Amino acid sequence: MGVRVGVDLVTVADVAESVAEHGDRYLSRVYTEAELADCRTGDRVDATRLAARFAAKEATIKVLREFVPWSSIEVRRSPAGWVEIGLHGRAADSARAGGLSEFALSLTHEGGLASAVVVASYAPASRDGA
Amino acid sequence: MKDRIRAVLADQGRLPLPVESIDDADDLYAAGMTSHASINVMLGLENAFDVEFPDRMLNRSVFSSVDSIAAALNELCSESIA
Repeated sequence: MGVRVGVDLVTVADVAESVAEHGDRYLSRVYTEAELADCRTGDRVDATRLAARFAAKEATIKVLREFVPWSSIEVRRSPAGWVEIGLHGRAADSARAGGLSEFALSLTHEGGLASAVVVASYAPASRDGA
Repeated sequence: MKDRIRAVLADQGRLPLPVESIDDADDLYAAGMTSHASINVMLGLENAFDVEFPDRMLNRSVFSSVDSIAAALNELCSESIA
């Protein structure tokens, strides 16, 4: 049993520009409905929160070591404010095949940048079945 | 097709160097394109070529070079004709 770690850093202004230029097409292709609900304040969507979630998706891809659709990785927010990673579809398949479980996530943002760190337990399949 | 792909990359790729200096097989991420910028490239390509990338193509590797983008677009265009 070991661990894998991934980290990513995203410029919030880049995300804000994508929202302004591509709108719902951008949002729906990258983020899940639950993520968008967590990032909405009234009628507007918070680019800083989106950027942190995109960083989490990229950090997770680094842990998986396989490129999967961004929307198959979901940042889930508890009522208390803590966040965790949820995997769907290809991301879930990739984690299962790669022996990865117990994903843990931390997000932060400051000075126009958002960052995420993802850690997962790694148990490679035994060749002899032991 | 590749000229139109380059036009989208110039508009959406936020590359730190002129797109004319990038060869067809060059790694766009190594050239400075971020993963996030690749989403803008994808949406720009959809506008330019009137296609929609399916979920199976929504990943970093499809947008890693002019050649890989052209291959994906050729596949999508052939599917729409079939």
